[in-house]
Amino acid sequence: MAATLETAEQVRAVTEQKYKYGFFTDIESDTAPKGLSEDTVRFISARKEEPEWLLEWRLKAYRHWLTMEEPNWGKLGYPPIDYQDAYYYSAPKVANKPKSLDEVDPELLRTYAKLGIPLKEQAILAGVEGAGDSPSIAVDAVFDSVSVATTFKKNLEEKGIIFCPISEAVQNHPELVKKYMGSVVPYSDNYFATLNSAVFTDGSFVYIPKGVRCPMELSTYFRINAKNTGQFERTLIIADEGSYVSYLEGCTAPQRDENQLHAAVVELITHDDAQIKYSTVQNWYPGDENGKGGIYNFVTKRGACRGKNSKISWTQVETGSAITWKYPSCILQGDNSVGEFYSVAITNNRQQADTGTKMIHIGKNTKSTIVSKGISAGKAQNTYRGLVKILPKADGARNFTQCDSLLIGDKCGAHTVPYIESRNRSARVEHEATTAKISEDQMFYCQQRGLSSEDAVSLIVNGFCKEVLKELPMEFAVEAQKLVGISLEGSVG
Amino acid sequence: MAKTVTITDTPAPAVQPYLDHHGRVASSLPGGDLSWLGNLRAEGIARFRKQGFPGARVEAWRYTNLRPLEKVAFEPAPAGGGPSAAVSVDLLPTVMPAGQPSHRLVFVDGAFRDDLSSIGTLPEGAVVTSLGHALNSHADLLERHLGRVGVTDSNPFQALNTAFLADGVVVHLPKGVAVAEPIEVVFIGTGGVSEKPTMHHPRILVVAEANSEATLVEHHLGQGVGTYFANHVTEIVAGEGARLHHYKVQRESTLAFHMATVTADLAKDASYDNFVLTMGGRLSRNEIKPVLNGTGVECRLSGAYMVNGQQHCDTTTVIDHAQPHCTSREVYKGVIDGTAKAVFQGKIIVRPDAQKTDGYQLNRALLLSDTAEIDSKPELEIYADDVKCSHGATAGELDDDQLFYLRARGIDLESARNLLIAAFLADAIEEVRIDTVREAFQGMVTGWLKTQRA
Repeated sequence: MAATLETAEQVRAVTEQKYKYGFFTDIESDTAPKGLSEDTVRFISARKEEPEWLLEWRLKAYRHWLTMEEPNWGKLGYPPIDYQDAYYYSAPKVANKPKSLDEVDPELLRTYAKLGIPLKEQAILAGVEGAGDSPSIAVDAVFDSVSVATTFKKNLEEKGIIFCPISEAVQNHPELVKKYMGSVVPYSDNYFATLNSAVFTDGSFVYIPKGVRCPMELSTYFRINAKNTGQFERTLIIADEGSYVSYLEGCTAPQRDENQLHAAVVELITHDDAQIKYSTVQNWYPGDENGKGGIYNFVTKRGACRGKNSKISWTQVETGSAITWKYPSCILQGDNSVGEFYSVAITNNRQQADTGTKMIHIGKNTKSTIVSKGISAGKAQNTYRGLVKILPKADGARNFTQCDSLLIGDKCGAHTVPYIESRNRSARVEHEATTAKISEDQMFYCQQRGLSSEDAVSLIVNGFCKEVLKELPMEFAVEAQKLVGISLEGSVG
Repeated sequence: MAKTVTITDTPAPAVQPYLDHHGRVASSLPGGDLSWLGNLRAEGIARFRKQGFPGARVEAWRYTNLRPLEKVAFEPAPAGGGPSAAVSVDLLPTVMPAGQPSHRLVFVDGAFRDDLSSIGTLPEGAVVTSLGHALNSHADLLERHLGRVGVTDSNPFQALNTAFLADGVVVHLPKGVAVAEPIEVVFIGTGGVSEKPTMHHPRILVVAEANSEATLVEHHLGQGVGTYFANHVTEIVAGEGARLHHYKVQRESTLAFHMATVTADLAKDASYDNFVLTMGGRLSRNEIKPVLNGTGVECRLSGAYMVNGQQHCDTTTVIDHAQPHCTSREVYKGVIDGTAKAVFQGKIIVRPDAQKTDGYQLNRALLLSDTAEIDSKPELEIYADDVKCSHGATAGELDDDQLFYLRARGIDLESARNLLIAAFLADAIEEVRIDTVREAFQGMVTGWLKTQRA
């Protein structure tokens, strides 16, 4: 088939594209000794000047982790990870914490500039305080493992919003951290979450007080930098009664030959009438065309809709990483609470993605929507794995799930593994899944109207993903659309 | 959590009795002079020993708990039906209407009953006989095909059946031969007739050569009051262009355990359709695994299940598209009442070369009570790009608007509900292509509804 050959040709062309964000910033790191032991855990805790209870919690997690086995149920293949052959702590050396962006290592700022994240510009942009016409973004930049720049803190403080590195929250708001951390993802939850609990280095902490609508999008740009450093982020977002926050997470990582482990934990909590919108664009280094290098991304993301009428919405665009193992989930405890999961996962070359969601309906009239779009090209494997569980008391619960897969080329795979468990008769659960390729008719239609084959593919794929992309905040939508284009440039079906 | 595979020399406690029984009866099973058969059985018990009874950690069994089965000490049913020889033909409910020519084989507790069966006249060359007889008359055919289709290490019941293989049905259709009338096989489990719980392991082997055609109707029912374990395996080999219709109704006693494994190897342009109506059994599972091994195969799997009380019914299908240009279609619908639980696991695999595959799957469940449960896992595993595959799954209760519509027209609640349930199931039952069978199945659904509370 000519079309297939052509596709293969073009996918190869895409393959040869060098990772745009592949560079390495040379900043001196303050690094923990290689390997993982109780000493490593103590080292991290000491570096962070953590209280005793947190160290105990970490050690409890570490000891539990030793008894656990690495999960192997995902449709993923990778060489065994040597947990002793990695550094678990590395912090950019800063004599004193920077008081303003000017004090931040210029090298670091240059890194952000290369990534197209003009921090300074944003600072200026946000200087429009009060005007509120243009949407602004607050960035809690995570460079390697320690947050070195937190912007617009003041702006937020006025509203009573806490947005800071989690290590800072441990110092300044221990009662909140103690109360909520591990309450959604317990330290014993799963292999990777437990590892994270033991050695997490930093991440963001957000607390939105009662009735406050966060005036700007909160954002953390993650970056894996120091060689061989696994990143163990821990993010905790609490939306108190009637509050609202939109949180953006975006990631790029420098090109690297050794696989890097990333095991983050994100916990979201919404109280009555509160809402959290969590958006991710993940573009870590996926490895080269032979699957060499690339990030191993084993993430545990979970939100608990504790209060009535609360809502948690996950939107993710996953284009990077060699391995993606990620299931952002919602526990719908409060009556009338709503969970959403919108996902685009694009895999190319030898990338493997096993991603999806869990919607656990506990409260009455809880609703969930799942829209997953998987695009697989090259020799990639793309799996949707999801669970919808309706518990006996979830009267009137409602779920709608749509999983679509698009295959580009005949060497890739697309898989759908949904689990649907209903124990309440008044609940309505609907699941649909389709698999198809870009049809020759669609291509012909576009090209006949003068679009180049590349534009046609981009158009069709963006159309395929539209339902998800439209859920992204404006700031991200542009980047995401570009990413979709870049990932599949030239791959005409 | 990680799946742990424990390999030990000592089999699990629940497994040991089966090994003991095997050791005791193996030498006295029919066909003892055939060395290949002895080897096959030995291999079967070895496989069973290796697998044991899978727990919830084993993905294929995550929703079906085998503990209730493991707890009962079953003994092999006595050869020749034993005391159950008392079953008289007049009591036999049949699927096919009386008075029409048919080919009927009756088994009581897994043993063929010549006196109750009437094989009738067959086209020249066609063979329909009991496996016990075939071991004498068609040993070559059996040696070539028995235990060859879809043998895996992920189904202990298939292995267990092979280990105790003694009787069953053999159908052989030479090239171009069509058996017009359905071949009806009746399996009766008597449970309580003998004092101890018994188990039987019937095997059906269908070898359909090129362009042959037949309809197989299985009727499983329970009589008596005790528990028993019916462990069925059906192997189907369909040659080029062969057409097989395979329909089954399972009305075992609600104390019975019913495990059925169907494997099929379908050659170019073959067509195979399978329908299972599940009504009985305390714990039942239908595992249907066709491999579409040539181009142009058409495979249709469908079924309806109606469970109540403490019943647990499991439908597991794996359609393996190994070759291009094949079509598969699945329609399963179920009604769950009481504290019953239904499981549906449907997997469609499209192999790398199976371009132009068209696969469709639907599973819909109606929950009629507050304690009913449905667990559904429709799964797509696709390695080819030029394919069209979809699946849909729903769970819910009867639509209030529809009920209101009917009741506003003067139909009482019970009739309205039954009407809607019958209509719901009809979508699946309509997949049955043979009129007489479809009508019989519809009648059974109506009968079932009448016995239910409103």
